[in-house]
Amino acid sequence: MNNSAAGTSSGSGDVSAPRRNSNRPKYSRFTQQELPACKPILTPRWVISVFTLIGVIFIPIGIAALRASTNVVEIVKRYDADCIPGNNTKAYKVAYIQDKNIDKTCNITLRVPKDMDPPIYVYYQLDNFYQNHRRYVKSRNDAQLKDRGKANDTSGCDPEDASNGSPIVPCGLIAWSLFNDTYNFSIGNQNLTVNKRGISWKSDRDHKFGNDVFPRNFQNGTLIGGASLDENTPLSQQEDLIVWMRTAALPTFRKSYGKIEQNLRENDTITVTIKNNYNTYSFSGKKKLVLSTSSWLGGKNDFIGITYLTIGGLCFFLAIAFTGVYLVKPRKLGDPSYLSWNRNPSGR
Amino acid sequence: MAGDGLTISREEEEEEEERSLAPLPSSGRHHRRKSSASAASRDGFPNPAHVRHLSRTETERLASSQRELADSNSRIVFIGDPGGSDPRFETPRNSIRTAKYSPITFLPRNLFEQFRRLSYIYFLAIVILNQLPQLAVFGRGASALPLAFVLLVTAVKDAYEDWRRHRSDRIENNRAASVLDPQSGRFLSKRWKEVRVGEVLKVLANESIPCDMVLLATSDPTGVAYIQTINLDGESNLKTRYAKQETMSRPPGEDHPVDSAGVIRCEQPNRNIYGFLGNMEVDGKRVSLGPANIILRGCELKNTAWVIGVAVYTGSETKVMLNSSGAPSKRSRLETRMNRETLLLSAILIALCSVVAICNGIWLGNHSDDLELAQFFRKRDYSDGDDKKYNYSGIGTQVFFAFLMSVIVFQIMIPISLYISMELVRLGQAYFMVRDANLYDESSNSRFQCRALNINEDLGQIKYVFSDKTGTLTENKMEFQCASIRGVDYSGGRVSSRDNGEAHYILAAGKQILKPKMSVKTDPELVRLLKNKGDTEQGKRAREFFLALACCNTIVPLVVDTSDPKQKLIDYQGESPDEQALAYAAASYGFVLIERTSGHIIIDVLGNRQRYDVLGLHEFDSDRKRMSVIVCGPDKTINLFVKGADNSMFGIIQNKVDLSMIDATKANLHAYSSLGLRTLVVGMRELSRKEFEEWQSAYENANTSLMGRGKLLRAVASNVERELHILGASGIEDKLQEGVPEAIESMRQAGIKVWVLTGDKQETAISIGFSCKLLTEAMTQIVINCNSEESCRNKLQDAVAMYRKFAVISPDPFENALTGTGSTKVSMALIIDGISLVYILKTKLEEELFKVATACDVVLCCRVAPLQKAGIVSLIKSRTDDMTLAIGDGANDVSMIQTADVGIGISGQEGRQAVMASDFAMGQFRFLVPLLLVHGHWNYQRMAYMILYNFYRNAVFVFILFWYVLYTAYTLTTAITEWSTVLYSIVYTALPTIVVGVLDKDLSRKTLMKYPQLYRSGQRDERYNLKLFTLTMMDAVWQSVATFYIPYLAYRQSTVDVSSLGDLWILAVVILVNIHLATDVFRWYWITHVAVWGCIGATLICVIIIDCIWTLPGYWAIFKIMGTGLFWLCLLGVIVAGMLPHFSVKALKEYLMPSDIQIAREMDKFRRINAATMEIQMNRFSMLQL
Repeated sequence: MNNSAAGTSSGSGDVSAPRRNSNRPKYSRFTQQELPACKPILTPRWVISVFTLIGVIFIPIGIAALRASTNVVEIVKRYDADCIPGNNTKAYKVAYIQDKNIDKTCNITLRVPKDMDPPIYVYYQLDNFYQNHRRYVKSRNDAQLKDRGKANDTSGCDPEDASNGSPIVPCGLIAWSLFNDTYNFSIGNQNLTVNKRGISWKSDRDHKFGNDVFPRNFQNGTLIGGASLDENTPLSQQEDLIVWMRTAALPTFRKSYGKIEQNLRENDTITVTIKNNYNTYSFSGKKKLVLSTSSWLGGKNDFIGITYLTIGGLCFFLAIAFTGVYLVKPRKLGDPSYLSWNRNPSGR
Repeated sequence: MAGDGLTISREEEEEEEERSLAPLPSSGRHHRRKSSASAASRDGFPNPAHVRHLSRTETERLASSQRELADSNSRIVFIGDPGGSDPRFETPRNSIRTAKYSPITFLPRNLFEQFRRLSYIYFLAIVILNQLPQLAVFGRGASALPLAFVLLVTAVKDAYEDWRRHRSDRIENNRAASVLDPQSGRFLSKRWKEVRVGEVLKVLANESIPCDMVLLATSDPTGVAYIQTINLDGESNLKTRYAKQETMSRPPGEDHPVDSAGVIRCEQPNRNIYGFLGNMEVDGKRVSLGPANIILRGCELKNTAWVIGVAVYTGSETKVMLNSSGAPSKRSRLETRMNRETLLLSAILIALCSVVAICNGIWLGNHSDDLELAQFFRKRDYSDGDDKKYNYSGIGTQVFFAFLMSVIVFQIMIPISLYISMELVRLGQAYFMVRDANLYDESSNSRFQCRALNINEDLGQIKYVFSDKTGTLTENKMEFQCASIRGVDYSGGRVSSRDNGEAHYILAAGKQILKPKMSVKTDPELVRLLKNKGDTEQGKRAREFFLALACCNTIVPLVVDTSDPKQKLIDYQGESPDEQALAYAAASYGFVLIERTSGHIIIDVLGNRQRYDVLGLHEFDSDRKRMSVIVCGPDKTINLFVKGADNSMFGIIQNKVDLSMIDATKANLHAYSSLGLRTLVVGMRELSRKEFEEWQSAYENANTSLMGRGKLLRAVASNVERELHILGASGIEDKLQEGVPEAIESMRQAGIKVWVLTGDKQETAISIGFSCKLLTEAMTQIVINCNSEESCRNKLQDAVAMYRKFAVISPDPFENALTGTGSTKVSMALIIDGISLVYILKTKLEEELFKVATACDVVLCCRVAPLQKAGIVSLIKSRTDDMTLAIGDGANDVSMIQTADVGIGISGQEGRQAVMASDFAMGQFRFLVPLLLVHGHWNYQRMAYMILYNFYRNAVFVFILFWYVLYTAYTLTTAITEWSTVLYSIVYTALPTIVVGVLDKDLSRKTLMKYPQLYRSGQRDERYNLKLFTLTMMDAVWQSVATFYIPYLAYRQSTVDVSSLGDLWILAVVILVNIHLATDVFRWYWITHVAVWGCIGATLICVIIIDCIWTLPGYWAIFKIMGTGLFWLCLLGVIVAGMLPHFSVKALKEYLMPSDIQIAREMDKFRRINAATMEIQMNRFSMLQL
């Protein structure tokens, strides 16, 4: 007496009990988990090819990157210590830099080690300056920078949101701490012109900083953080500010200062007249001036080339090592005699 | 009470020992889930701890303890007068509500339910922390997004499910019922939900019954109604229910206004679907009511034109509603293990946060003098003129804040998305299990059911299977095989072919031919004996034997039309398959039961139609272990026919009988049970007129008594059932289910130990053990069946000594026991019975038993009570870490199913209680093999990988954040935008792991079925363990170092801004973790490709969109940095450098130390070609031969 028999019997005994529909699952390759599939297995051939391929790709890239990096000519000159005369205590330095009455002009000379072709980028580099400090990085208001009507919107700009009761434009610690050292370059008596146009991102100039927003009430507070801004130039043209407001990722960073668009010959001596205004002495930060050409990889950095060579070399080594392993210990793939219950029947 | 029949039910037969076995080990019961206890406490049952998972016997006992129906505790129903119903209790309308929420309560209740997860509280706490201005790391929106997302997904899922429940509730509530209108006396149509207690309803054939009703009248003049209870308990046989003669005579309705109607007193609503107790007062007479007088909601009326009844329980108080409880919630072992690793991750998280906080303090200390003027710190706020500190309140507070902030920043170390991913993956896995055509059972038309959604992966780690025998290993389709009459064995039918003449009877009544629906192979000698030698003693006894079989039952014969109009089939409907088998056997030998009314039966005895008046019937009960009828035959003699279990029958035989006959019968019985047959002994006694009258008065008294009726009836029965002539015994075969031996062999190879727990006799259990290949001749059997604690101890000690002895021969028995292979060592089988278990479980001997049992390959427990089954399961569960699975089909398996880690119900012949209590339900025992070996393996492998991958994925990200924090003066700045941080685990990387978790297969179904040994990888926790976790975490650290430091060193001393570098990092890490996943995927479907590569694409799009918002500081950064060569070189370098260790180690390990799974994968891929070529060669070969 099984179920279906009972079902039929009662069904036929009744007037019209419909036969129950079958619950059998509909067959499809999907529901039966039998979709066509690719089953990759790391066969020796695959492993060796992958390693070799990586080696073949990485080593030439590494060499190219290294060459690009060596071709870059870079002059780095630290000047924060040199530009403070005399005594070296920190308190003295801070007092010196804070004193508005001292003329902080200072001259340094740079020697060009190799011919440098334009464009030669001028950067200033700050060390130990945490532009990514949480207190700092949040202290800005992007709406205010873009929109003239939102001048009063200083939320997030603490503690540089307002001064003397009226809002600051541009507000926030970032703008307030705008870098204000200036450099003048000359070779002999001839001035080198530094082009300060186009050092910021076009997207920032066009969309982030309004061309009808003008600085207001800026650097009027008790503590001066850095540069002042020309109140008659719209923010979209204040390129130093725009560059500065692209906060750096790391505590040691460079920022574009400008471009020198003429050749520098080897052994040229450049005299730089620096207005050493910016206070990094209070937190033992370093200031450096950098002149650098550029390559397709950017500035001078051997790291990426070395990394690629290392990885490539390692992969070649691994390819050889695996070949060795496969030769020393050959194993037939998919041989059932390797299954644990076949391997050592005597072991139990 | 004539004809009032509950019958010998098979469960009861199996549980017959239960009462004598008290005190019962009640282990598995009390520490079970809370859900059951809380569910039970709702139903007003007096003993809530008891109710839910009770076997039928237990519920019966409960019911009998309540036999005395106190007025104060009863429900009073005025028939036909809903308003007058018991005023003390508000009775609900008949509307049901399975939906959990209403539109108003949805939000609070759903949130409340979701927040019962501890991890959600953690994430909520973090969201709240982030709202404090001092600690605001993320924007408010961004911080709440992940939690909101997870809550929303779950809420949408819940809402959808609830909407479906609402819809089905609505349909159910608006069905039409015809209800008697007291004024007009006519039946009017009403909606189901408007039916009230006390109203009189009419139900027509094939209609569903709207509520629990007491029958008043039926279309049958004797008051019989047939119902099908398949929706209630899954039993497909028709059940008979009776209307009381007192109400039968004048049903309420047209000509009988209801004003004179009576009152029903009955129990308070409870969930016992097999019990009902009440009485009815009609015209001043008290009539008792039992379970046979009530029809329950959810049943269907069959073969009866109409019934009229009065509603006694409605709506949520109906028994079917009280019994509907959701799937029990279990927690998978993988999830438990996962919690351990979550704790480890929390420790890492706290360590990271402490490092950040301490370093922050040290930095502040070292720079305390600088902070005043440092542009990036600005300790003071001068803006309002007065000099105050800006956002700075001392190093201590800053350190504390730094700690809390780092918790917020690093929060996804604990992967929030993992929980939702796991749920989705399990849903997907369940979808595939349910849809699997290999788990579909044709005969019961049932698919696989996934009732519990959170233990899919446990199926891949099972070590012990506890199986019920009847209905699980066997089909529970009984077939009569042998008879022993007066000690003479007639088992010719067993060996003879099916067509031994037209032995089974075909009755021609007029032009109609009546034929039993099933015929039994008959023994030719017995047929001859019955036909010819009716006058010999042996022939007489044989006739009486079959007469007893034909009338001593509660079978209802139904005459069924066939396609041939001249031919009709007799279909025997009854609750016990044994009785059906006996009735069909009697019919085949010429004793055809043709008709049953409540007062008499008609039997065609070898061609003569004879009427037997059924004067009394004593139901089966587990005390007496027998049932009896008293019939008055055509010759006016009054006979008592008894059938029952052998040990109960031999106790009440006539003293002065032929002892050799008894011995011969006993020998036959022993032989039958060694063949694996179920045996029953049949006896009779002729009652003298005086005896009959004595019995009759006692019977009537007992039957009409209101107090302790059951007990009185039992006493009456015991009183009359004595001094029997033994007529003979029957042997019924319980056929093995298809594929059981193969399934058991597969499981044995898979290292799964199969224990059989049965209520059957020892001999029967052993023979079934042999026939399903559980036991082999080579095994040493240790049999423990003792009657005292002392002898149990001795036997156990002997057994321990024995396995020690074998242990000397084979060096490492425990190792063998663990690997579960028994090729060379002496394998042992333990056979233990229920009485011994009483002395062993819950005593000091338990430990010994555990040792012996785990050393044995096979364990058979016979004569065990339901709670002992649970006790055995918890014996293993409490002492080992191994996963247990219990499979059964009957109510007596419920406790075992709920105790085991995984409970599986067979949706077969016996009721649905096992299925209701189970986590998974399926149609056949053999489905266990594909379920465990294929789906279990896949699920475990997928889930294990998914958990590890989620940990790894989030850890990589957190470490990258951490490395960056070291370069921000420990101030928790993130280079990666907060939106990307938030989207990382829920959008950028979530989909591929879910797709892989649902679809990936390490091995094909064929391979897994062919090599069951592969299953052991799950038992050994190969895919998820502390070592793998540690390795994965080390990999995560390396990859985070590569991801962070390659760009860091490449961009050191450059003009790069924080957003650009952040974009590089997020893209690099997303691509890296997706490639990592890609190298681990076993099978690439097109869906996998879409998910993995699509996710990388989606990430890029998201990053671009974020960088197109001009109000964010990172505006346009991605375009700028993607325009440089260095970006691409960094990206490529990060990916290759990050993947190098993982890839090399993987390649090396797969080659030098291949796991079984790895080798099987290679076979999957490479050997198939060989196999195919071999087949072709074979074909050629055979063709050549042709």
